[in-house]
Amino acid sequence: MFDVDLIRKDFPVLSRELPGGRSLVYLDSGNSSQKPNQVIDTMRDHLAHHYSNVGRAHHTLGAESTAAYEDARDAVAAFVSAPSRDEVIFTKNASEALNLVAYAFGNPIATDERFRVGPGDEIVVSEMEHHSNIVPWQLLAQRTGATLRWFKVTDEGRLDLDDLNDLVNERTKIVSIVHQSNVLGTVNSVSPILARVREVGALMMLDASQSVPHMPVDVTELGVDFVAFTGHKMVGPSGIGVLWGRRELLEAMPPFLGGGEMIEAVWMDRSTYAPIPHKFEAGTPPIVEAIGLGAAANYLTGIGMADVRAHEKELTGYALDALGEVPGLKVIGPRTNISRGGTISFTLKNLSGDDIHPHDVGQILDDAFGIAVRVGHHCARPLHLRFGIPATTRASLYLYNTTDEIDALARGLHHVQKVFG
Amino acid sequence: MIAESMYQELILEHYKHPQGRGLRDPFDAEVHHVNPTCGDEITLRVKVDEGKVLDVSYEGQGCSISQAAASVLHELATGATVEESLGVVDEFTRLMQGRGQVEADEDVLGDAVAFAGVAKYPARVKCALLSWMAYKDAVVRSA
Ligand SMILES: Cc1ncc(COP(=O)(O)O)c(C=O)c1O
Repeated sequence: MFDVDLIRKDFPVLSRELPGGRSLVYLDSGNSSQKPNQVIDTMRDHLAHHYSNVGRAHHTLGAESTAAYEDARDAVAAFVSAPSRDEVIFTKNASEALNLVAYAFGNPIATDERFRVGPGDEIVVSEMEHHSNIVPWQLLAQRTGATLRWFKVTDEGRLDLDDLNDLVNERTKIVSIVHQSNVLGTVNSVSPILARVREVGALMMLDASQSVPHMPVDVTELGVDFVAFTGHKMVGPSGIGVLWGRRELLEAMPPFLGGGEMIEAVWMDRSTYAPIPHKFEAGTPPIVEAIGLGAAANYLTGIGMADVRAHEKELTGYALDALGEVPGLKVIGPRTNISRGGTISFTLKNLSGDDIHPHDVGQILDDAFGIAVRVGHHCARPLHLRFGIPATTRASLYLYNTTDEIDALARGLHHVQKVFG
Repeated sequence: MIAESMYQELILEHYKHPQGRGLRDPFDAEVHHVNPTCGDEITLRVKVDEGKVLDVSYEGQGCSISQAAASVLHELATGATVEESLGVVDEFTRLMQGRGQVEADEDVLGDAVAFAGVAKYPARVKCALLSWMAYKDAVVRSA
């Protein structure tokens, strides 16, 4: 049984007091989530009793660290139903996972036709991407002379698939799309795009940074080729992220970073590489962070991702209603609680109809009520340009949030309107 | 509640009634500065004659802190000598970058001391400094 009060007890920070005696209302999990004791204790225990380097230390501690690190890979693989644990590559974050794949393309070392990119080839993203799923592809286009194209976003904040057959065509090498938008909350439906991607023989990547933490994700069911996500948004630590990819593709890809542990044998003039996943994990990895991510995956599995999604859906409906009643508030993104997650971005006017800048909204919410939201363009500037606004205020919900906190947000926004009236 | 320490009445006053807003001719230099973390922007012009600042005019979008800071800058710099005004910019910068530990020199800063509370909020210091850095840049270019 999902019990939000019990869940909140797992997260020590949620009961702390902010300076001035304010209690914390944390509505910024889309930015980074808080951590439960289960993750904190696992990391502390590892550092205190087991820590050593992984893969190369031939002693008891080395063996224990290696086992814990590889167990974490199993936990993450199970969490997203990966067909094989070897398909789970630990990276620093989602950004690195996206870059890893982008750098496999147009790399002269890559012999596989699917990764050859040059002038005339096309790369497709969308207008609702986080900068992490735009810039690596811009760089790829610049390196290779390929053309970057993108799906537009409708006024309601959905992907505009009208141009699908034109945008994704025989020249397309890769389509990389966000699964759940970090601004709009929109959950994109993958299958129509994937069907076209398969028709033209391209590859497809999903930026699942905002979906894996919030809903059951089964990479096999999704059917795409690559999935990126990041530990710190799913109650795990920062410094650890994941690339899942199909074995056959990961094996065909050239290494990304060179260094220790990613090799099989090294001569002065050449090297052979370790099998996946180690081929993509050069150097000492973020060991304790990976172990913490494994604990996070197990924690979420223990709660049940279907229940996490159901709880967030209920909260999202409640929040859309509550915010809908604040005069002068405009939600940027779907206003119906369908195919959307608990990320709600909005603009706010005062009662005379003047815009209140999100910085001012966020500052008053924090200072006066201890409410943490994110303000700005949320690393999605093109999306804000699309809507003709410089910035938004964003409340993002997670398993530990409550309807009381949403009420506090609504009250806080009324107060903001008074201050800037 | 700790909001009051940043949103001084004077700041809100300048925000609601910005002084000297709007781009004017003639001018010697025009600059455009952006705060990349939040997208706040300012276009700022200066008119200087024989070491004296005749006008500081500006147009921009941003939060109350950045808008009020531009308004206060206009009041302080217009009519001052370039040298005096740059002295104020330096003192204001020192205050903003002091992480709330720096005692403001009210004689130099005048109304700009109202921003002292902003220095405790690292994320907002750039908002306060946006127009002031633009001004410094414009003065250099006008020379
Ligand atoms: C949709 C999306 N993609 C990518 C990222 C980047 O994640 P990270 O900063 O952990 O690499 C984020 C988070 O900021 C995100 O929300």
